[in-house]
Amino acid sequence: MAVDREQMGEIRALFFTECEELLEALQDGLEAVSNDTSDAETINVIFRAVHSIKGGAGAFGLSQLVNFAHHFETALDEVRSGTIQMDTVALKLFFRAADLLADLTQAARAETTHAPADLAEIERALEELVPEPSAESGGSDSLAQPPEFQPLTLDLALPGLDTAEASGLVSEVLYFAPTAELFVSGSEPLYLFRALSGFASVTSECDIEKVPPLDQLIVDDFHIGWNIHLSGEYSAQEVDEVFEFVQGLCTFRRGTAEDAPELPKLNNPQFEAGETEATTPNPPPAPTVTSAKSTATIRVDLDRVDRLVNLVGELVINQSMLSQSVAEAKQPPSSSVVQGLEEFMQLTRSLQDSVMRIRAQPVKSLFQRMARIVREASAEVGKPVQLKTVGETTEVDKTVIERLADPLTHMIRNAVDHGLEPAEERLAAGKPEQGTVTISASHRSGRVIIEIADDGAGINRKKVHEIALKKGLISAADDLGEAEIDNLLFLPGFSTASTVSNLSGRGVGMDVVRTSIQALGGRISIASTPGEGSIFTISMPLTLAVMDGMVVEVAGQAMVLPLSFIAETMSIDHSMLEELGRETQVVHIREGLAPLLDLGTELGIREPLEDYGDYVALVISHEGDAHSVLIVDRIIDQRQVVIKGLQNSLGKIPGVAAATILGDGQIALILDPLDITTNALGRTKIAPLALAG
Amino acid sequence: MTLNVLAVDDSRTMRDMLSMALTGAGFSAVLAEDGEKGLDALKEGQFDAIITDINMPNMDGFSFIGHVRGQDQFKSIPILVLTTEAAPELKAKARNAGATGWVVKPFDPPKLVRALQLVAG
Repeated sequence: MAVDREQMGEIRALFFTECEELLEALQDGLEAVSNDTSDAETINVIFRAVHSIKGGAGAFGLSQLVNFAHHFETALDEVRSGTIQMDTVALKLFFRAADLLADLTQAARAETTHAPADLAEIERALEELVPEPSAESGGSDSLAQPPEFQPLTLDLALPGLDTAEASGLVSEVLYFAPTAELFVSGSEPLYLFRALSGFASVTSECDIEKVPPLDQLIVDDFHIGWNIHLSGEYSAQEVDEVFEFVQGLCTFRRGTAEDAPELPKLNNPQFEAGETEATTPNPPPAPTVTSAKSTATIRVDLDRVDRLVNLVGELVINQSMLSQSVAEAKQPPSSSVVQGLEEFMQLTRSLQDSVMRIRAQPVKSLFQRMARIVREASAEVGKPVQLKTVGETTEVDKTVIERLADPLTHMIRNAVDHGLEPAEERLAAGKPEQGTVTISASHRSGRVIIEIADDGAGINRKKVHEIALKKGLISAADDLGEAEIDNLLFLPGFSTASTVSNLSGRGVGMDVVRTSIQALGGRISIASTPGEGSIFTISMPLTLAVMDGMVVEVAGQAMVLPLSFIAETMSIDHSMLEELGRETQVVHIREGLAPLLDLGTELGIREPLEDYGDYVALVISHEGDAHSVLIVDRIIDQRQVVIKGLQNSLGKIPGVAAATILGDGQIALILDPLDITTNALGRTKIAPLALAG
Repeated sequence: MTLNVLAVDDSRTMRDMLSMALTGAGFSAVLAEDGEKGLDALKEGQFDAIITDINMPNMDGFSFIGHVRGQDQFKSIPILVLTTEAAPELKAKARNAGATGWVVKPFDPPKLVRALQLVAG
């Protein structure tokens, strides 16, 4: 029986996927214990997670992982049996062990054998936790002993029997007499004979001496035995293996032919190996595997899903081309073409939503990674911190989740390092010694909102202002509001830490966080209350493949703006405008002022206009309450557009996010309104507003 | 001889390996993820043998075997237990629960097939 290497590779990949889930369950379980929300089953779940990782790892010869999982499992088993109490010390160790287990899994997946520095230390700590095995406790799965199995290598095609001792021509006689219990356990002597005949020539004589007279016969008892004559090239071990399961359930003796007792002859006592062979139908029917209705999920290669996403994207483009043709053909709305098209559009929309949902994943895994970051950061800076998570089941596109990991890590570290005060300060301020970092996710109007909140001291605006001044990021003449000062944190090269700490002082600041979030079509804002803490809010698109866009015309060119940035559209007359200097104007909107920008001028495709009266103004919303007003010639349409990335060779084009194909086959650029307004030419006295982006 | 085998294990990896080993030997396999699902599967199909893990949620391997053996028609169905340790106590425990034999994880597919042949032909 050959085992397919490719298939093993697939199962290996599956194993690591399963490990992720098991590690998640482990983490959940430990957290439940630490939050006092655990029940009797929690420890079993924790134990099983580690146990299953060990089991799978063994199959792939991942000995480092097996060994550590074994230590971990042993300690957990003691907790399960009540020998060890899951107190704070043990729990802390288990958390570290869980982190380490995740690291080792990661290392095994990457096929490195790099041992984490604290491996030996944690292994020792786990060992110390487990009491010396006493006589009574030895029975429990004997987990305290090191695993005795040999991990298999991937090469499973090795014949298993050749490991036995050197073979030669042997002959012997076995005596085998089953007890009634043998049958109760589900064994069947016939199969043992067949197994023997697999490697030796077998003849047998039946021993019926113990069969009682018919009137004394008890049907459920068993009185027959056999002398089994074996000859051939086989090892003793092969014979032992055949009788392994029936040990203790039969009388079994091995000896040479001379030792065998003479048995009375029966009419047809001989058991010929050949006969049993003949009963075996040769070509087995095609194997089938079915699942017992239990599996409500299937695994699909991500590439296949992405191909589907792309195809749906093409379909959306195709549909908009079709809509355009139908519109140009001036069909009456009641015509079957128009009605059919409408239905088609609805179907496309739901198809697209469904496909996107395939790629959606709960943010839970991401949040769990953050739990670890908090634990590590808390240990490093010596501040007791608890992490609260809200909305773990919120689903977001897989890619968005993956790309959020780095910025979130940085923000969480920042929250622990800079956001929270040292314990003494907290106590002095009448706060609990333990700081709290809350990370929450929710859906809001087609976007996902992620908030990272700390209950620290809030942003020290005076200090931020001083630093920004000192670094020349602002001038003394700038009169900044609170929100504007908070937003200084996002400026490149800003760092308020007086000493560069291990945690957040890695040369990247909030500007990098903001850049990476904006690269995903996201936005980030900050709100802070002195003495109460800060909240960073990230708003992300649910998917990176399609978006709702507004198609506008500027100086004869069609362009697309993401609908999510457009707060409203309006027309502008002179009464709403204020002059600011010679070249800049601001608009009175929403009881405030917003800079007026002409998109054509900003993109360098036309000169500023004299009068914007006949043009359309789009109010672009920034984080917080800030706005800016962008002038376009007219609005062509509002529709879903498929996002097509620009070639990397073009580099970063200011103001341009991507491109798309419109219904008439034209290619249009998708603009980044925040980039445009932030780097706007018309930026003078209202410059601080631009920081808000 | 082709066997129809019910394999019960909560680990997807293990279920896949079992399925690979069984189909590789020309057997058919029905997979279930815990004891409860295993009992459901038993109602649906005819099986020549059962392989079950011990540590599983909802219904563990030992109580699964107990439930199986408790039904008249399954009194003598061969049941193999998958264990991670080859300790004698564990084997004794498996047998007391009603198992016919055991396979030590990680199993080597030919060995699994041999074990099945020992108990189910």
